[in-house]
Amino acid sequence: MTALAALIRRDIKIALRVGGGALIGVLFFLTVVVLMPFAVGPDLAQLSRLGPAILWLGALLASLLTLDRLFMADHEDGSLDLITMSRTPLELACAAKALAHWLAAGLPLIVATPVLGLLLNLDMVATGAVALTLLAGTPALTFTGMIGAALAVTLHRGGLLMAVLVLPLSIPVLIFGVAASQAAITGPSSFGAPFSILCALSLVSLVIGPFAAAASLKHGLD
Amino acid sequence: MSLIDLANPTRFLALSARVLPWLAAATIILLTIGLYQSALAPDDYQQGATVKIMFIHVPNAWLSMFVWGVMSVASLGTLVWRHPLADVAAKAAAPIGASFTFLALLTGSLWGRPMWGTYWEWDARLTSVLILFLMYLGLMALWRAVEDPSRAARAAAVLTLVGALNLPIIKFSVDWWNTLHQPASVMRMGGSTLDKAFLVPLLVMAVAFTLLFVTLHVAAMRNEILRRRVRSLQMMQASRVAFSSEAGSGSRQENASKGVA
Repeated sequence: MTALAALIRRDIKIALRVGGGALIGVLFFLTVVVLMPFAVGPDLAQLSRLGPAILWLGALLASLLTLDRLFMADHEDGSLDLITMSRTPLELACAAKALAHWLAAGLPLIVATPVLGLLLNLDMVATGAVALTLLAGTPALTFTGMIGAALAVTLHRGGLLMAVLVLPLSIPVLIFGVAASQAAITGPSSFGAPFSILCALSLVSLVIGPFAAAASLKHGLD
Repeated sequence: MSLIDLANPTRFLALSARVLPWLAAATIILLTIGLYQSALAPDDYQQGATVKIMFIHVPNAWLSMFVWGVMSVASLGTLVWRHPLADVAAKAAAPIGASFTFLALLTGSLWGRPMWGTYWEWDARLTSVLILFLMYLGLMALWRAVEDPSRAARAAAVLTLVGALNLPIIKFSVDWWNTLHQPASVMRMGGSTLDKAFLVPLLVMAVAFTLLFVTLHVAAMRNEILRRRVRSLQMMQASRVAFSSEAGSGSRQENASKGVA
């Protein structure tokens, strides 16, 4: 347990300090959202209608951007081999690393959402709904993305391939995340149904992600 | 002759060489019967002659999921039992499955134009099959990204098993989200709702397409085994050349290294 706690603390520290690049994700998220009015036009009514989708897409791309750091830096300096060989089960170590990554890179995205919602003319309820769905859905993005990151770390220049492999897996999360936040803002349909499916997706990925990532690390690194 | 005997690629090559002509012949015969029956099938009272697209479209759609199922079983064989032919089977199946998926999408959109008035609709079944197609392409890219075949096999096996989660989503998408695509009518609880005049040709075509897949798959597996043999022969030769030049005169080696630099 102490080993896992130490791993989480170390990963968060590295991510937040120079060269870690966790907060770059927030900057990227901001840039995507700022670009949108240039693409779809500055009409505020239209922007507030598209708002949840834009925020979700931005968060998805931002979390994808930071994901390849998850194992890559550790692979380069050799600490990934130590983690693989340690007595802690690799599945738990993977889960701890993903948790640390989510705390350092995923949580800031959710914190940034209210500010970005302001830019997109979303009201309080809508912003709250989007932030809540992001809180429920981004763990799923991190834990499924971890599979792609683990596959990519064994390849040379796996970054672009990782995006291709991970994006199809993240489509259900995107669908139900946007559906839930739209339902909270406009819809006659209920918020509960898509939101509980979103939570279920996160829980499922919490189970599958570490096992698949650990399997591909075990088989890929020898 | 059990499955474990097939683990020897040489035995597999010998056996498949004998079986392959029979498989191909059976495929051709069944396809001919199926196409003949489909041509003779009556027009639908609502859809007219376009209903005949079904006899191509539905087998392709079934096969697109079936091939991923075969690949998942083969991936289990790679990861759990380390069966030497399992990764050959998984690799050979991917392009075939991608083709079936592409044909299912293509015939589906050609059928959709006269029936629904649109080539494409962001409906649950269509979207999930499109995702399946993207995953086939990603998997093929992964196979090509790793140089060493056995390492590529294990990476691809993990991805295949994760991607298998998409199969039940596709199967039940028409029941869960009731959108444009019609719900299941052949394989459902309480028997098929399809009329016998359509059901018989459809089932014949489904069996024929499955045989077509088996034939293509066995042939592709043979190619893959031979390709790997060529690769290992080339590597052996390369190492022999490197060894002999090392054993040769030092000055020649120096010149060679200068030339490379």
